[in-house]
Amino acid sequence: MKVDLNIDLHHLTRVEGHGNIHVQVKDGKIKQARWDVVETPRYFEVMLKGKHYTSAGILTARICGICSIGHCLASLRATEQAFGINITNKAAQLRLLAKHGETLQSHILHLFFLAAPDFLKVPSAIPLLDSHPDIVAAGLRLKALGNRICEVVGGRATHPVSLLVGGVARMPEGLDDLQYDLESAQDDLAAAAELFGTFDIPEFQRETEFVSLKGEEEYPWIGGRLVSSDGVDKAEHEYTVMTNEEVVENNTSKWCKLSRESFAVGALARFNNNHHLLHPQALEVATGLGLKPVCHNPFMNNVAQLVECVHVVHDAMRLVDALQGSDSEPTLVPVTPKAGEGISAVEVPRGILYHHYRYDEKGYITKANCVIPTTQNNANIHHTLRDLVAANAREGMTSEQLELLCSMLVRAYDPCVSCSVH
Amino acid sequence: MKYLGIEPKRPKVGVFDFTGCEGCELQLANKEETVPAFLQAIEVVDFREISSTSSDDYEVALIEGAITRDDEIRRLKEIRKHAKLLVALGSCACFGGVNRLKNGYDLDAVNQEVYGTEPKETLPTQAVKEVVSVDLEIPGCPVDKAEVERIVQHLIWDVPYQFPAYPVCFECKQRYTTCVFELGQLCLGPIARGGCHAPCPAGGSGCWGCRGPAADPNLEEFLQIAKDRGFKKREIKERLSFYGGFEDMP
Repeated sequence: MKVDLNIDLHHLTRVEGHGNIHVQVKDGKIKQARWDVVETPRYFEVMLKGKHYTSAGILTARICGICSIGHCLASLRATEQAFGINITNKAAQLRLLAKHGETLQSHILHLFFLAAPDFLKVPSAIPLLDSHPDIVAAGLRLKALGNRICEVVGGRATHPVSLLVGGVARMPEGLDDLQYDLESAQDDLAAAAELFGTFDIPEFQRETEFVSLKGEEEYPWIGGRLVSSDGVDKAEHEYTVMTNEEVVENNTSKWCKLSRESFAVGALARFNNNHHLLHPQALEVATGLGLKPVCHNPFMNNVAQLVECVHVVHDAMRLVDALQGSDSEPTLVPVTPKAGEGISAVEVPRGILYHHYRYDEKGYITKANCVIPTTQNNANIHHTLRDLVAANAREGMTSEQLELLCSMLVRAYDPCVSCSVH
Repeated sequence: MKYLGIEPKRPKVGVFDFTGCEGCELQLANKEETVPAFLQAIEVVDFREISSTSSDDYEVALIEGAITRDDEIRRLKEIRKHAKLLVALGSCACFGGVNRLKNGYDLDAVNQEVYGTEPKETLPTQAVKEVVSVDLEIPGCPVDKAEVERIVQHLIWDVPYQFPAYPVCFECKQRYTTCVFELGQLCLGPIARGGCHAPCPAGGSGCWGCRGPAADPNLEEFLQIAKDRGFKKREIKERLSFYGGFEDMP
């Protein structure tokens, strides 16, 4: 078989952060097929040392411009675990609402503006302003709604200012308007589902271990047990058993593994492990788009993100309802620092995130560890890329077609590469 | 796009990311109601995070992030050659941002702590202006999209943009925010540059000085106030060093 293919892609576009794809196929044999993360390291774990507990959430939000609320919440909760603080039910509801806003904002950004251009065969969403103005408008409205939820609860869309150790600074204003906007979003979500139904999502299967929080009564977002589709079930504080980080060559991001050479986290992992806890309408969208558990097609992560958008909008309506009818319970409880250790797992848009801090008795951090979703996905992206190349290195395939397919695979994970290096 | 019958110039813009969280770039896609108009006012020719189109033919380069590795220095110098106007976008580009906190440590030890025996290449964090000449700095962590839009309007109409000289405190008074000092929190509002509309004190966090110092800040008096209110040297120092914007102050 005479198949020669070459991909030398420096700084993949339409993803957050910097990564390269290198593929070389000669006479039908794969010489190399690599996903290399080349992002500059920032060393947040070192920067956190010696910082006061009031700084930790603000500093770690800066790990990521897209999921700053998720980082902030993981950070606050790790600190609260260390100090033995229980936040009020109202504060927990507000935090979850802010998280839903972020999930919506992040997923919609990815689906409409980073992923959709591939399916619509354009280099970016900018030409869609002219060719598909209705689609762009729907995407912008949904993204704006996600950001508005973050603003109302977190005080700002990116890098929240109202989420504090001990709870949330204040009861937000504007919940009534939010409820109206959430109800109005149904049409745009339906349009999004219809759009994705027209997309030709590549058929590709790769048996994968999926890791996520384990939902008990609700689809899981903040805290709980850790579960893998290969049957591993651990407590939150045992997170290093799930992650097994290792430093690898050619990558500034570490790699992770569990039962196999790599595993996947993110919307598809959450769906595969917790689909039975989704809102019925989200499940309906999943069924309509052919997403069934356990799904081993990584390209279907796009669909799983859309399904989660439907879920979080419905769950946000439930939360706003509950908050509007709530009593005068405070949103913030007093904080007294003490020496101790805290570990927190939070499902952020791209998968499960862990923050782990050790504190001295005055509330200063002495040790910190953050394990990022994309760090957990990078090894899996790399190995899946190799298998995707193997499955497609056939006669008739061109380097350009394969480059697009490989790029779409990496984009399907919605990687947050800067985060993964932090 | 005509305004009052006049066709404004539509600058070709490239957006380039270095060491940071890419949150400032993300702001360009936020404030969604004006995104289509914003994209009509400028022509985006290179913006890796959202577009697969790339080009060296740009007049304005928006630089996001700090500079922390040799390849970034080379890439930035190359961009400087092409750009007529080079803009540092956000606190990382303007001051080094939180990345600068790393500079307080021995870099070999830093590397060992994170990567063990297989260190990765890294340099002390530099702001963009420490590597190439910068024509305009837009601070903020993240930048305020409304301010970016105002600056772009000024750019298009050739009207110099003036950042506010007043501190964040002024804007808290304007929006009737209870002073967070009164709530027992430390705040850089008295000495930090305003123009952000003071979202952090209003949200309950106090000001962390992401926009750097206001014009002619009274640091001495600020330190006295903070001391009188019982804040320790360590806390104040941590706050002042957070985004790197107060690095040059005594």
